[in-house]
Amino acid sequence: MRIALDEVYAMIARTATGDGSLIAALGAIQERYRYLPPEALILASERLGIPLAQVYSVATFYNAFSLEPKGKHLLHVCMGTACHVRGSPQVLDRLQTKLAVKPGGTTRDRLFTLETVNCLGACALGPIVIADGEYSGQMNPQKADQLLKNIQRRPDFARRGGAEVR
Amino acid sequence: MINRLRSVADLQSWQATLAAAWDESKPRLRVCDGTGCRALGSQKVLTALYEELNAARLDTAVEIVGTGCPGFCERGPLVTVYPQGLSYQRVQPDDVPEIVHKTCRHGETIERLLYTDPRTGGHIYTEPDLPFYRKQKRLVLDLNGRIDPTRIEDYIALGGYASLAKVLSTMTSEQVIATVKASGLRGRGGAGFPAGLKWEICRKNVQIAGVGYIICNADEGDPGAFMDRSVMEGNPHSVIEGMLIGAYAMDVHQGYVYIRAEYPLAVENLRTAIKQAEEVGLLGKNIFERGFDFGLSVRLGAGAFVCGEETALMASIEGRTGEPRPRPPYPAESGLWGKPTNVNNVETWANVPIIVRDGSAAFASIGTEKSKGTKIFSVVGKINNTGLVEVPMGITLREVIYDIGGGIPKGKRFKAAQLGGPSGGCVPAEHLDVPIDYESLSALGAIMGSGGMVITDEDTCMVDFARYFMKFVQEESCGKCTPCRVGTRVMLTILERICAGNGKPGDIDYLVRLGETIKTASLCGLGQTAPNSVLSTIRYFRDEYQAHIIDRVCPAKVCKGLITYSIIPEKCTGCMVCLHNCPTNAVAGAKQQVHVINAALCSRCGMCASVCKFEAVVVQ
Repeated sequence: MRIALDEVYAMIARTATGDGSLIAALGAIQERYRYLPPEALILASERLGIPLAQVYSVATFYNAFSLEPKGKHLLHVCMGTACHVRGSPQVLDRLQTKLAVKPGGTTRDRLFTLETVNCLGACALGPIVIADGEYSGQMNPQKADQLLKNIQRRPDFARRGGAEVR
Repeated sequence: MINRLRSVADLQSWQATLAAAWDESKPRLRVCDGTGCRALGSQKVLTALYEELNAARLDTAVEIVGTGCPGFCERGPLVTVYPQGLSYQRVQPDDVPEIVHKTCRHGETIERLLYTDPRTGGHIYTEPDLPFYRKQKRLVLDLNGRIDPTRIEDYIALGGYASLAKVLSTMTSEQVIATVKASGLRGRGGAGFPAGLKWEICRKNVQIAGVGYIICNADEGDPGAFMDRSVMEGNPHSVIEGMLIGAYAMDVHQGYVYIRAEYPLAVENLRTAIKQAEEVGLLGKNIFERGFDFGLSVRLGAGAFVCGEETALMASIEGRTGEPRPRPPYPAESGLWGKPTNVNNVETWANVPIIVRDGSAAFASIGTEKSKGTKIFSVVGKINNTGLVEVPMGITLREVIYDIGGGIPKGKRFKAAQLGGPSGGCVPAEHLDVPIDYESLSALGAIMGSGGMVITDEDTCMVDFARYFMKFVQEESCGKCTPCRVGTRVMLTILERICAGNGKPGDIDYLVRLGETIKTASLCGLGQTAPNSVLSTIRYFRDEYQAHIIDRVCPAKVCKGLITYSIIPEKCTGCMVCLHNCPTNAVAGAKQQVHVINAALCSRCGMCASVCKFEAVVVQ
């Protein structure tokens, strides 16, 4: 994915509606590119008149923002209490082992990013894994294996993902 | 949609028209379209229903309504068939043709989709007869599951915004505050501060400062809690109406809803609702042409638990890092951008229209002497009926867990109910008959909290459970004050050591001393409550801690450092399934030969136990 700076600029302008718009601007950029490219932070700082250090502090404070590009497929393991008591640590362990990344990390081929999330509130289904926005409930290590296999079997799987600045 | 409402009379005449068209005897399918049921596939069921009704040419005769969460998440996707009121549960797309042809066309009941009472084995046909609902008192959740949350018409048809009309046309600000005070409503976010009193203080300061704000705290960060999400998804207008009434009472003209980005459907429904309210003139300038202005903006959280703390929340709305600051000054004196600000959570705001509608005396007649009204809990964990329940204050924990929740699955033994998330504490089996009210729960070292209720059973290790919460607060500590930043890390390190089997004799007392210090010395609510889960589990389950430290045993067989997996030779068939699935190649054996687990290689991931069809893998 290309990062178009004029597009980023437009996003910042659109969300710049007065005080407190930095988080909204960063949110829009994060949603579009799934991470915050350094260029975007600099643009946000200039456009909103906020020191870059402060932009950086906000960008690194909130879990929703990432300074690293994400993989093509996003896996979120719910670590809410209900999921925890029903065995989500074993599911996370399994995915970590299989993908050889820690939570928050992206595989070297940039195909998978493994993340944890604090409670999605769908506790009746726990443990939950969300793969590219799709919920899978009542997970266990075995089903986690199957989930990965299903993603890998998709026809468009092999194409490389992630964003890069050109 | 009609034109702008210019007066209370306009609203009343629109309401009358809508109510006349609201016919409960009309054939209708209500499908839960909340996050819980969606995750279980309710949208596929909805699509299938539309297609099947079309094909059967019943699409004009039978109406489909996608509703908010009626609460019984365990049995979702939920479909309720009217006019009979049949409650169909765990409905899958494959069931749809039968529903359309048997029930919608011929009025026949499909018994396999009904709830089977585990006690009697009989079928239960309608929602009100389900044991899950019988002891509930649904005030705030009343319309969840009945109305389409994306249609303001549905809310108005059932009396929505009538409380606002009553307030604007017949009450002074002082009278509104007096009504809320007399109702005894206390903040539903956890601390339980009297809402009317908070409004009164804020109003006084707004009068001096000339400007002020109100905020709806919808940053429901406690893991295992989803009450506020369901209210916003299922009935967003009730929150808007509550805030409008509050704004009028406090003479405030701008409000914010600070909502978690992790709740996309709630954000969407709330935004839709705000837009609709603006279009008909219920938000904006000169509402009902009575000279009252109120604008409402949505601000998204960005994944920081500490932003549920009100001063951190306000910093985040101002666009800064969500770090708390000391109180006083309280937000009512100096809040958002230094102006007087009133912060209440979603459930508190949603109670306001009900209080105005029914009167403070009716509201105060529910509950106990000091805790009035109802409280919504999300009952999750090791419980048969996971879901959202709204109960009158004063009901016992036993009734919630056994009568409504249906008890513990697989006949296991109840261990404790954890209330209030990471800030809360647990209530063990010996206190199951405690009435649910603010004071009784505090006396036991737990809290009412925002309403998360996690049930644990004999298979839950309470030390691991405490470690889980400590890891949560340690990661979410913003780092501004030392007691919280460093203290939670030290407590976590000790707990991890205990769980790994390396606990030391003085650890328990040290945890208690450190915990008390963190509570006293921390800056904000996060730190001041962070040690609660540990202190509370030590209070009631000290023997489990001691078993870990002295006997080097995890009684619930959870902590990896203290358990071993092995294979019972008599049960093993030599099928090689565990051997193939073991990620660390710790299982040795050959086809039709008994397998053996090499403890040195075993990572205790539990994969072998989960794949074994012969229950040959045991944990010790």
